[in-house]
Order: sequence, then C-alpha cells, then structure tokens
Amino acid sequence: MPKKDWIHKVLVIGSGPIVIGQAAEFDYAGTQACRVLKEEGVEVVLVNSNPATIMTDTDIADKVYLEPLTAGSVERIIARERPDSLLASLGGQTGLNLAMELDERGVLQKYGVTLLGTNIDSIRRAEDREEFKNMMLSIGEPCIDSVIVHDVQSSVDFANEYGYPVIVRPAYTLGGTGGGIAEDERQLREICADGLRSSRVHENLIERSVAGWKEIEYEVIRDGAGNCITVCNMENFDPVGVHTGDSIVVAPSQTLRDPEHQMLRSASLNIISALGIEGGCNVQYALSPDSMDYYVIEVNPRVSRSSALASKATGYPIAKVTTRIALGYTLDEIVNGVTGETYACAEPTLDYVVLKFPRWPFDKFVYADKHIGTKMKATGEIMSIGVNFESALLKAVRSLETGRDCLVTPQLEALSDEALQERLRVIDTERSFVVAEALRRGASLAGIHEATKIDVWFLKKVQNIVRMEQALRALPGVEALGYDELLAAKKLGFADRAIARFVGSDEETVRQARERMGILPSFRMVDTCGGEFEAVSPYFYSAYGVATETVEAGKKTVVVLGSGPIRIGQGIEFDYCSVHCVWALKRAGYDTVIVNNNPETVSTDFDTADRLYFEPLTAEDVRNVLAVERPVGVVCQFGGQTAIKLAKAVRDAGYAILGTDLGGIDTAEDRELFNELLAELGIPQPKGTTVFTADEAASAAAQLGYPVLVRPSYVLGGQGMEIAYDEKHIREYMSIINLNVQEHPILVDKYLLGREIEVDAICDGDNVLIPGIMEHVERAGIHSGDSISVYPPQHLAPRIQRMVTDYTVRVARRLHVRGLVNIQFIEHAGDLYIIEVNPRSSRTVPYISKVTGIPIVELGVRASLGEKVPAMGYGTGLYPPAPTVAVKMPVFSFEKLPEVEVSLGPEMKSTGEALGLAPTAAEAYLKGFASTKTAIPHPEEGGVLFSIADHDKREALELAETFAALGFEIYATSGTAHSFNYNYVGAHTVPRPGEDTDALAKLLDSGKIRLIITTPTHGRDPQRAGFRLRRMAVEYGVPCITSLDTAKLLLGCVKLGKQAEDVPPLGLHDLIL
Amino acid sequence: MATLILEDGSRYAGTLFGRKAEVTGEVVFTTGMTGYQETLTDPSYCGQIVCMTYPLIGNVGINAIDSESVGVYMKGFVVSELCDTPSNWKCEKTLDRYLDEQGVTGLCGVDTRALTRHVRVYGMLRGRIVAGEPTEADVEAARAFVLHDQVARCTCKAPYDLPAGGEGGALRIAVMDFGLKRGILRSLQARGCALRVYPADTPARDILADGCDGVMLTNGPGNPEDNPKSIETIRALMDERPVFGICLGHQLMALAMGGHTVKMKYGHHGANHPVKDLARGTCSVTAQNHCFMVDPQRLPAGAQVSHVNWNDQTVEGVRYTDRPAFSVQFHPEACGGPRETAYLFDDFLDMVKKEGARHA
Repeated sequence: MPKKDWIHKVLVIGSGPIVIGQAAEFDYAGTQACRVLKEEGVEVVLVNSNPATIMTDTDIADKVYLEPLTAGSVERIIARERPDSLLASLGGQTGLNLAMELDERGVLQKYGVTLLGTNIDSIRRAEDREEFKNMMLSIGEPCIDSVIVHDVQSSVDFANEYGYPVIVRPAYTLGGTGGGIAEDERQLREICADGLRSSRVHENLIERSVAGWKEIEYEVIRDGAGNCITVCNMENFDPVGVHTGDSIVVAPSQTLRDPEHQMLRSASLNIISALGIEGGCNVQYALSPDSMDYYVIEVNPRVSRSSALASKATGYPIAKVTTRIALGYTLDEIVNGVTGETYACAEPTLDYVVLKFPRWPFDKFVYADKHIGTKMKATGEIMSIGVNFESALLKAVRSLETGRDCLVTPQLEALSDEALQERLRVIDTERSFVVAEALRRGASLAGIHEATKIDVWFLKKVQNIVRMEQALRALPGVEALGYDELLAAKKLGFADRAIARFVGSDEETVRQARERMGILPSFRMVDTCGGEFEAVSPYFYSAYGVATETVEAGKKTVVVLGSGPIRIGQGIEFDYCSVHCVWALKRAGYDTVIVNNNPETVSTDFDTADRLYFEPLTAEDVRNVLAVERPVGVVCQFGGQTAIKLAKAVRDAGYAILGTDLGGIDTAEDRELFNELLAELGIPQPKGTTVFTADEAASAAAQLGYPVLVRPSYVLGGQGMEIAYDEKHIREYMSIINLNVQEHPILVDKYLLGREIEVDAICDGDNVLIPGIMEHVERAGIHSGDSISVYPPQHLAPRIQRMVTDYTVRVARRLHVRGLVNIQFIEHAGDLYIIEVNPRSSRTVPYISKVTGIPIVELGVRASLGEKVPAMGYGTGLYPPAPTVAVKMPVFSFEKLPEVEVSLGPEMKSTGEALGLAPTAAEAYLKGFASTKTAIPHPEEGGVLFSIADHDKREALELAETFAALGFEIYATSGTAHSFNYNYVGAHTVPRPGEDTDALAKLLDSGKIRLIITTPTHGRDPQRAGFRLRRMAVEYGVPCITSLDTAKLLLGCVKLGKQAEDVPPLGLHDLIL
Repeated sequence: MATLILEDGSRYAGTLFGRKAEVTGEVVFTTGMTGYQETLTDPSYCGQIVCMTYPLIGNVGINAIDSESVGVYMKGFVVSELCDTPSNWKCEKTLDRYLDEQGVTGLCGVDTRALTRHVRVYGMLRGRIVAGEPTEADVEAARAFVLHDQVARCTCKAPYDLPAGGEGGALRIAVMDFGLKRGILRSLQARGCALRVYPADTPARDILADGCDGVMLTNGPGNPEDNPKSIETIRALMDERPVFGICLGHQLMALAMGGHTVKMKYGHHGANHPVKDLARGTCSVTAQNHCFMVDPQRLPAGAQVSHVNWNDQTVEGVRYTDRPAFSVQFHPEACGGPRETAYLFDDFLDMVKKEGARHA
C-alpha cells in the first residue's frame, strides 16, 4: 500500500522530561519519526516540553513547541496549527496517554485530526487490565491467574486452587507497602491481612507467583495490511521478579530451544494481530524453566525502551518503520537501510551477543534502597556487543563508568562466606558481582542457581570469567603472560587494565606486551543479516581473534566521543551536543565517527555519524578505535565528563584533540592550577582550602566560618558534595567520604549564600561569544542542575552582567578555549565570584541554543576547527537577549526511588528538565510548573502545609501570610504552626510523621493539602520527621517544594490567577521572527 | 588445531569436536539463531558442511524430541563457540557427544562470520575439514568432491504407515520421502491425516494401488535433476491426485511438468526469509534450506508463480492452474523456524477434500 495521500501535516507528541522509566529512547524514536515524515514530504509539528532533545530542533521538525504536555496546551496547539493527523505512539506512555485524553475530550474529532498508527480502541484494549485479560483469553494466550479479594479466606481458596507461592498486591497502597510473596498458608494469611489493612479500599490482588521463571521479551512489528514480524527476542539474565528496565538483558535468547522460541514468537504475532497494533509493540513473557508453560506478563502497544534496544541490537530501525507504517506503507514496501537490498519484512538475524546493563543512580543516593524488583530504578543503560557472552558482559561493566573494569568488588571480597551466602538471596543492583564473588570462592553453579534462580547457562559464563581471572592471578608475573593466555583473556573481554592488576603489572606494560605479540582487536559489522548480504551502514563492535571488516577510513576523519549512559548529572543534553557536533563536522566536510555505548540515544543511531562504534568509553577501547580510524582530530568536549576524562588518553596515544587543549582542560579541572589562574586574573572565588583528614577539615571550616561547602576535589555532577553547618556535620561527612579510598584531597570552601549565575560561551582562543546569561532562582547551595534557571536574567544589575561578560572573556582567553566553556558564578553582597569552570559543553547548551537561535554546538565546533568567532555572524561579547523568557525547570523521579531525600542540596538529584517559554517571566514559570506536573494550587481546592526549619521560619512567615491572604487554609507542623500563630498567621497544627503518621497520611490522602512547603534541617538521617514528611508528599502525589525561593516563584504563579493553557502556545519559529 | 580448507585454498582454523574425522563436503551457511538440533537432523543438508552464523551453539544441548530425522546426514558442522555446559530442561546430552555418536565431524572456534562472508562473495564452495595443516592434496580432494544421488542416502527403505493424529474420517495421504523432515509428517497427522510414507523410487502405480486421497512430496537433499525415477513417478501422480510439494518436492514437481531448476549462488538457509504470497498479498517469515531453485524464466505450462522471496525475488511457490497441485520452496512445517505459513497444509487438505468431493 502506498502512503495515505491525505496526510499533509502531522502533530508528533514527544515524551517530555527524562524520568526513570522514560528516557532518551523517545528522543531517538521521535527524531527518527520526524525525519521519516519530512522525507515523505509531510509537514511536522512537534510538541515536547523537553528542550534537551534533538527532536525539538527546528531542523528536525517544521514547527517546534516546547510546551507543557497537557491536553489543554496540546489542544491550543492543534487549534493554532490545524494538523490533519496525530502521531503519538513514539512519545512513550506520555504520548499514548495524551492521545487517549485528547480523544476522550473530543479534541481530535472537533479539529478533524486522525490518530495515525494503532487506533484508540487497540490502545485501550492493551492498556486496560481487564479488557486485555479478556482479549488474551479469547485468543488462548495465558495470563497469570489472579483474583481480587476483600477477605483472607478468599485468598487462601485461590492459593489452594492454583498453588503456592502467590503474590499479594494490596490495592491503592503507596510504594508497594503491605504486599509480598507467600510460600504457604500461614504466610498468606499474615501478608493478606496486612495488605487488606494497608489498602485504602480494603482490597488485595492475589496472583500466582512466577518469580524465578525465565523472563523473555519479543519486539514485534505489524503493518496496516496485517503483515507482522518479530524484530528481536531478548532474555533477561535476572529471572521474573525484576523489572526488565532493571534487568541485565541479552539478545537473542540463549537458553531457549527452537520450539520454545517459536511458541513465544507465534504468541507475539497472535497478540499483536488480535490487538490490531500498527507499528512496533513489545510483549513480555514468563516462561517456565522446566516445562512449556508460559504467561503473557505485559504488552506495550507502542515503541518502548526495549524497542530502542532492539533497534540498536539488530540494526532494524523500529521507530522509523513504525512511522512509515503509520503513513500507510506495508513492511514489504519499506527498504532495510542497513543492507539497502532487503526489506523490513525480513527478520534480522544476529551473529553476535548483545547485552544491556542498567545504570542505577546509587552512586549518588548513598542511603537509598538498592533492592531491585517490580519498580524500575535505573536512570539509563548501556549496551555492549561481543562475539561471546563473556566479552559482552565485561564490556558492559566497563561501559557503566562505575569505576569497575571487571567483576571484582572490594566491598564484596570483604564479606564473610556466610554473609556472602546471605547476599546471594538478596536481589539488588550488585547481584551479578555477588554471583562472581561466590563463584570465586568456589560456590557451585547449582547452589547459586538455587539461591538466585539465574539460569545455569549465565552462571557458567560468569564462572568462565572468574576462572580466567584466577588463571591470570596464578601467573608469577607479567613476564609469564604468554600469547595463548593473553589472547584467551582478550577474547573473553578482559581489559588490559584488569589483566595488569591480576598479574601484578600496569596497563601500559600489558598493552605493549599485547601489541608486541600482535594481539589486536578487530572490528566487525552489525548488518541485520548475519553476513548474508552486504551491508552499507557501517556500524561496528570490537572482537579479538576474528577477521576485521572496517571500511576504508576517509581522508579527513574526526572521532567524536559520546557521553555513555544517562545518569543523574550527565543526561541527554550531552547526547544532543554530540549529535550536533557530528552534524557540524559533516557540514564542514569531515568524515565523522561516533564512539558511544548508550542504546537509547540519537548519537548511536547508525545513520547519525558516517561510522558508529558501539564500545565502552575507556582509554583502551577508545584507543583501539583511534588506531583503526587514524583521525585528524578527536572531539572530547561534547560528551560530558565521560569524554573530557579521555582527553589525556587521546593525547598520549598521539592524536590531536580538536578544541581546547589538554593544558586548558587541566587548568580548569585541577584545583591548584585553577586557583592560580583566578588569582592571576584577579577574579574572586569563595575562600577555600584542601584537606585530607577530618581534623584538618574541622579546623579549616572553623577558620572559614560555617556554613562551608565540602566536596571531593574531582567532581562529577556534584557527586559527594555537602553544605556543612557545624563540626559534627563535617565529621560525619568525612567519615562517609573516607569509606571510599581517598587519593584526592577534600575541598572545603566558604559557602556563599548568594545568587547563582551561569553562562555558556564560545571561544576561538581569543574572541568570545556569550549567547546568554542564565540566572538561578534558588540561591546557591542547590546544585545548578536542580535549580530553576531563567533566561534572560530577571534580577541582575547591568553592572553584574557586564562583570559576568568580562570574567567569562578573560577566563576563556586565558584557558585558550577553542570551542565551548561553561562558567558558574555567585553574586554575593554586590560582588561576583567564579565557582566553577567546565571546559566543555554543558547541560544548558541545548536550551539556550533553542531560545536564542544560536547554534552553540555548531559554532563551538567551527571554533575548534579554527574559524574565528567574529566571522560566524553572531558578533562577540554578550548576545542581545531575546524578547522571550525561558525557564528551565528540573524534573525528579523521587517516586521511583524510595528512601531518597527529596529536599535539594549541592548534590544533583533531578533526572530531567522541562522548559517554560512565554513573553513574560510569570507566564514562563507557569508553563514550566505545568510541564513538571506541579499543579498551581487554588484556594478553593485546598490548603498549603508548611514545615519549616528554624533558620527559615522568619522568611516563611511572609509566604504563609500571602497564601493566607489569597484565601488558602494554612496547615503547619507543630513548631512551624507555633511560630505562625505567634505572628498572627492562623495555621492548623498537623502531626509530624512519627507523632501520628496515620492522621497525617489521612490528611494527605484527603486532598485537602495541595502544596507542601518544607525546608530541611541538616543531616542525612532517613528517620528524621522532615525527611519522612517529604517522602510521604511524594508518595501521596502532593507537590512538595523544599526551597523558599521556589515557593515564592510558585506563589507568583498563584497570584497570576491563570493556568498554563491560558497562555498562548509559543513555537520556536515565533522566536526567530 | 584443525582447518577447514576450501577449494579456492582459503583456510579457516578451528578445533575438532564430535567424531573428529577428516571430511569433505559442500560448504553452506545457515542464519537461524535457534534450532541447531533441527538443522543437524535435516536430511536436506546431506553431504554438506554446515556453518552456523549464530556464534553460540550447543547452549540447550541435544534432546530426544527435537530431531527431524533419525540422525545427522551432513558431513561437518562448523561453529564459532561450542557450548559444553548446556542448560535446558529437555537437554539430555551435549552437542559434542551427539556428533560423536552420530559420526559427524564438528569444527569449533572458527571465525564463522569470515567464512560466511567468503561464501556470500564466492558462492557455495567445496571444502575439507582436516586435522592440523592442510596439504595440496586436501585442496585437490575438495575440488574432486561431487554431490550426487543424495536422496538415496536419506529416503526410507520401505513404505510405512502412520496413524492420523486427530479423530475419525481421516484423509489418506501418500508421502514421498526424499529425505523428509518429521515436521511435515506431524503437520499432516495433526490435521487428521493417515499417512503412508514411500521410498523415493516407488513407482506411481504402487502408490495409486494402495489408495490415497492426496500426495505429499517432501524436502530432501541435492540436485533435483539427480532423481529421474522420482520425477517420472510425480508426473504420473500429478495426473491422478492432488499434490503438494515442499522444497525438493517443489523442485521435482516443476521438473516433472517440464520446468527447469538452477543452482543458486549460496542458496537460502535460515529462519528469517520473507516470502510474499501473491494471491493473499501477505508477507510471511519462513524457514528455508535450499541450494537450487525453480527457474522463473522456464516455468512449465500451466504453472504460475504463487510465492516470491521478497529479499531477492526468487520463486518460492508454484501453483498449477490445470490441476490440483501446488508447491513451495520454503518450509511451512517450520522445525526450526517460523510457523505462520502452516496454513498451506490446510490449503492442501482443502484441495484434497474438494477433489474427493468432485470425484465422489
């Protein structure tokens, strides 16, 4: 079937801010969709509140709206743009829900908009639990047996009929409290009774437990004519019980016979056909490890995280094909872009092993609960490709950038045998390393399988790695490392650095020995077809002991280092920058290469760069790519800290770094050199010193005067930073930080309670362009990534703005920046201080690019290539501000991370960001709050609850007064209420958590509280009342603000008396006019 | 240390497993990621050395129920990584042990992708697996290797009966065994057919004398032109009964009706080939294993192309407009591979019933 000829203008919905469970994979999917639509001559209108995405670029869509993803706002865009169709299935659950809401509200009908791809009824059938179950029953696909009970006996009856164990899931409890797995009747009676008590509606779902079964996924795609294929199947290393987003996943399946695979494959085709899906779809199964029994666990009737993974794993672009299907094409009409000669109706076949490893945020959230289960906790993931499972696993471990290069974990080595045995039964993020440690101590495969239910096949592979490790350790030294041992270790994926440690040598010695022996990596192509056809899209992975397939390198090749997995502090913004860097280099006539390992992103789409290497971002792995590509330059400034950290290795390997040289990078990153530089330039910085011990820290802090900022001297996204208010606090911090071996000193700085200011600038070594100044709403002390940032600045005196410009120019010149630099300032008591300089792109680059219309990354790349800034057409110095206000709002995933402190501090906690864009600041804030799902409270709906630390009480009083004057009921915890009442602001006293938790819960659940304003006292203890109050706010879905500055902003929005959708939508094209 | 040496002198190093004897055969590759047991026991590979493109082979071991025939007919089995610790609830033995029992040579640790790419470029080549370094004599032996009369090695020695799987009123189907996969028999039995399986050289009159409602022509190895007796039989049967041919059966039907077959560069072997059913307009993923194909330029009179391989537009199915007969090049019985073209067995039985009713 050819394209539907009535499609001329399509509205595409993106997935919004990055949160846990919905990340960069939808930027990849959405970008592919937009490109296909444009190729097909269709006008694309895009709405997405996430500015850090490629899809929201004006060269990806024709009209871009960085507007809240609410039905009201989208309706206004529809009314303005009048698209004939809507494409929602590439915007994750957000897109799908929005499409359903627009349909329910009659918006689609009113404006004559057709939903492309899977229709509303099909979406509903897949999403509604009951309808889905009935549909599965009608086509003979088994769902897990379950029953809804309101009394204990019914649950026992169910278990007697279907057998133990059973899972008890109480309805409407928060954070999964009250549920559990019951192995027998006694346990069931206990857990069920508990669950009924904790359930608001006195209701439990009792489900047959298939924990421990194999978890298998299929990526299926179907066209409007009913043709369907499976793109890929995947097997989870972790059996059923762990969310697939938190599981190690391998593609294709490894422990399935053909009849088992075909049974599930056929079921997938039946399901997608019965649901009538048009496009990509994901089906998850639980498969019995000892029979042909299986259950359908879940169906996602849309493109998902798994489909991004499957696309990268196979080379089959699911989002692209889904979009073509939405336009009316059938699978046999869509050409496979990788081979150029086969079609989308052929199933890919793999001749390698793909492994996905989740990236969790627990390096930041030290106190958080690291158990993994049915709720996803990972912020990102990496993918690795190997010729065998072992090498894929070890590449994955390196790609995670958690400091590990093998399966050894010192903390686990320190456990006693008994403790380790116990740990095996704990399902947490360290699981694979616990397994390795157990195997190292000689535990049997059967024993570990019994404890973990992980398939013996996988355990055996881990054992192969451990045995190699032991064989290497047994060698007397590096001299004894022969050709056979070394080749065998490299084939299994061991890094030179790991080998060196096992044989008691250093990385460089091992590398030289290896190269002398001629043991060099080869690069193999990912081609969708197992070598059956010639591929034209060069996409590579490394392997040892096989033939190499690299294509002839271009004359002028530049390698761009990517940013690895999405984590807190290093998000999708850096992928945006990497992709733009590649595009700019292409435009400048270079042959481009990307090295990255994040399967979710646009940068790892095989048609972004001329060649893609899916590899860990370590010195060794990158060096291997450079050896093959022989580039004229390597770009390290767009891939965040990941890439910049590799600059030295790149230079040591003899390659030129494009942009700021290593000297400049070192000066910015090294504390001593940086201090000298600022002193030389006469630019003030907060006073500070470096220390090693707790005593030194305490005396330094006393000298500087509290509060002080303490942090490790090399920092990644504010990791391990804290503001200390007294000596006890300092000592507690030092004891935590010294848990990890501390070879670098600790920095103790005077903490200035001022206004934070940030700029990104382009410099050619001499001339500097500052696209804009950003001002932070919250005073210093909250990490810049977690602050609300506004452009242009709203409160900065012209004098300060001139100083910002002046300091930026002087620092950039002095560091010989060629490319981008990011500088953070504090204005305090009329003085301007520099607190940080990053000689690289930053997380604010995408949003400032979009609102100023200055292609910052492109200009940065051109400056790196030697072009002069004045010749670029945007002038030098501070660029005139736009007549629009742009507000960047942080977005958090606290509901996914139990036991994480909600209040903000110097350590970054947000997972994503949204933009508010409007002619005035107040309206921009309004849109920003709407995009972060912070409802603006209305006095008729409910009141405001205050729980304020002593040092903030005076300031909070003013806020409470204003809220009260606007007609809000004021609630407060006892101390705060006392303070308010004493000052004639009437407040209801509410119990604090711990005093009467149930009463508080009831109040929060009642909906009477529409907003909680709570500022933290100090310390990290999860048992504190304030901490618990904030967690309860998250769990009951009540907006919770932990900074008085943010609260004042919100109050301004309340006073405005409007909703975000009352403000007209503003497209990026409106700004440029 | 062992080597696979090809007739053009190219070498692929590996380690012997299974029987560890030196063997000569025609080298093909298959891209199926699961189903190596089905592949091993598919008689269509008789005389060949089969290279698996998926690198981890042996993961689920070998079991008693997944074999497609009594044993292994291929000469050699070439894999990248051999799994010696399989894991699956049905597993009974390792692949290594099974190949040893079957007297088949395995070669593991091979750069199978390099070998595959070589075959892709130069076509199917003859090769020899030798222990240690190969000599010029080994290359000569490879070049001298000829595949002929493969069907005779695989077909049954005497006719045998199989009861219907379903209940009552069974259709009686005569199955000509050219080296059949059991999946074909199971597909028919499950649909309520009583089967009588015949050796490939059985004359038509013997089959007709036994009485049957329709004829199934199975898959099998080798060059279809090597089977003049069977072709003669098929020509006669096609005048008398509805006929359905799969793979070699499909090629033999075309020859019987006056068409031609040609050898392909490297054939189709795998479980991911898209085939378009021209009458239905649908595209399905199919299991395939063939080195020859029906020549679309020289189709017999009354024959129409019914199915096309969507990768390379080759003939995948033929419908005979002047008689109740059709055939497909791919494997609707799957085993291993996708099952969505199993509807062809229903089409066949519908045709048989319709013919029966016409004659009643």
